[in-house]
Amino acid sequence: MEEYRLELRNVTKKFGEVHALDDVNFQLGRNEVVGLLGDNGAGKSTLIKIVTGYYQPTSGEVWFNGEKVDHLTVSKARQLGVETVYQERALAELQTLWRNIFLGRELANRWGFLDVTTMRQETHRLMTQSMGFTSTAVNPQSRVGTFSGGEKQGVAIVRALYFDAEIIILDEPTMGLSLKETAKLVNFVQDIKMAGKSAIFIDHNILHVYNVADRVVVIDRGRIAGEFLPKDINLDTLMEKMIRVAETGSLD
Amino acid sequence: MSSQTNGVASRSSQPVKETFRLGRFVRAHAPQLGILAVFFTLWIIFIVSAPGTFLQPQIYNAFMSTVPFFAMMAIPLTMVVIAKEIDLSFPSTMAMGMVTFLLTYNATTSVTLAFVVALITGIFIGWLNGIIIVRFGIPSLVATLGTQFFWRGAVLVLSQGVSGSLIYARASLLYPVLAGKIGGGFPTQMLWLILITILGWVLLNRHKFGAHIYLIGDNIKSAELMGINTGRTRIRVFMLLGLVSAFAGVVASLHVAFFWPSLGEGYLLRTLASVFLGGTSVFGGTGTILGTFIGAFIIGAIEAATVAVGLTGFWTQLIYGLIIVLSVIMHTFLSKRME
Repeated sequence: MEEYRLELRNVTKKFGEVHALDDVNFQLGRNEVVGLLGDNGAGKSTLIKIVTGYYQPTSGEVWFNGEKVDHLTVSKARQLGVETVYQERALAELQTLWRNIFLGRELANRWGFLDVTTMRQETHRLMTQSMGFTSTAVNPQSRVGTFSGGEKQGVAIVRALYFDAEIIILDEPTMGLSLKETAKLVNFVQDIKMAGKSAIFIDHNILHVYNVADRVVVIDRGRIAGEFLPKDINLDTLMEKMIRVAETGSLD
Repeated sequence: MSSQTNGVASRSSQPVKETFRLGRFVRAHAPQLGILAVFFTLWIIFIVSAPGTFLQPQIYNAFMSTVPFFAMMAIPLTMVVIAKEIDLSFPSTMAMGMVTFLLTYNATTSVTLAFVVALITGIFIGWLNGIIIVRFGIPSLVATLGTQFFWRGAVLVLSQGVSGSLIYARASLLYPVLAGKIGGGFPTQMLWLILITILGWVLLNRHKFGAHIYLIGDNIKSAELMGINTGRTRIRVFMLLGLVSAFAGVVASLHVAFFWPSLGEGYLLRTLASVFLGGTSVFGGTGTILGTFIGAFIIGAIEAATVAVGLTGFWTQLIYGLIIVLSVIMHTFLSKRME
């Protein structure tokens, strides 16, 4: 049997009476980019928050690399190589850039004392090499709240990449970005693929997902409605199916 | 600052870099610089208007003797406020620590054991505050308003409202170590305050614990998404304040060698005022230990200064209020300008 990087088996998540996810089976292969499509409230964000350990499934199993993981927490998921660029970006805007880069993963010795010098140097290196910040007004000591939307997204992405991620989850990463920044982001997803890593890519824009994903999974009302390989389906048909599923709950 | 230096910065000559660094320094430390400016302005006003008092060492000795009692608690309280929480129960914790101190002493006649039990009591009260706030999701303002009454009530019930002498403790080693005088004049509680301030600064700025406190106060959702155990961190902050409050209670009681069931009642607003005067934001996420330290001494000095300047004691609260409101306006203005 093929070993998946990540697998959800019969996962159900209820919030009170609401079934956010209903008996979902989902697989992410090695070096695969899966696009996740679905209308607002379809359950995309709930699905990824189960993968990142933020929510615990009501029932069902989460498997990493062929091994079942019980009681997945955010820090456990990060140890397993899951890094996420959240829709809400998950930044602390009053704090400095270096504190945001190392948010929840501060470099520290075994007594918990921070290695501030290294964190600042690494942040400076990442800024100039990966984030493309050229403005001298931005430095590792700048407060993230003063950055533009694109710069903030850059921080969230670079943070996800810095920590040797195996699975990178992008939740609506193009939201609020300029056209140029969006193009950069799509390139970035292709880089993930080139680097031999896996990714789950969620976006409202079907075109972005269609262009970069190896496989597209459609979620509707908490269920997996279907999946397609972009090479087997053209963009127009996919769009028609998306509209149909949102209206009728069925792809055909 | 414009982007005219784009690309030139790395090759720029030394002086240009230096001025830029100065600007950066001022921006990064605006709250501390602001409170320092307030401190020195007030100090000069005090010296000019009452040179007879403020040019003599005695007044400073008096400050170092009395300010530490609440300034010690202001340090961990700063951390609580940075984490976007509040604690109103610490004055009761001071007294409750002393009650268990007395009960333990009466049972064992060991001052050391009594001291340890008092500290454990403080940690326990802090832990309980944290549990109520984190596990039951009660806002800390309401939760500690309740525990503040509860523990003050427990103090009154257990002590039957009776005060008592601690003169026996003066014979033990604890007295010279906690509330004695060094070289015949320098109060040891001031040394403890300095130690707690340094430890507090290190914990807040150079330890994971402090990093997480800032992140929780700034954006608790982000902190949770990035895997920080926000519940555990918040409980520990309350435990730290409980510990220091019980410690301050013992120091303040040993200082006068007497236990009053009302111990700590005058400290609530002064301690809170020190934190906010020092530039810690009530909205969480920002604040400094140095600011609180200076804030506490400003609060401590106003009372003496009012009288020394020739006003009656009736003026004290009015001046407190004026300086607190003006300083908080200054801090808000500075933080907006320094964005």
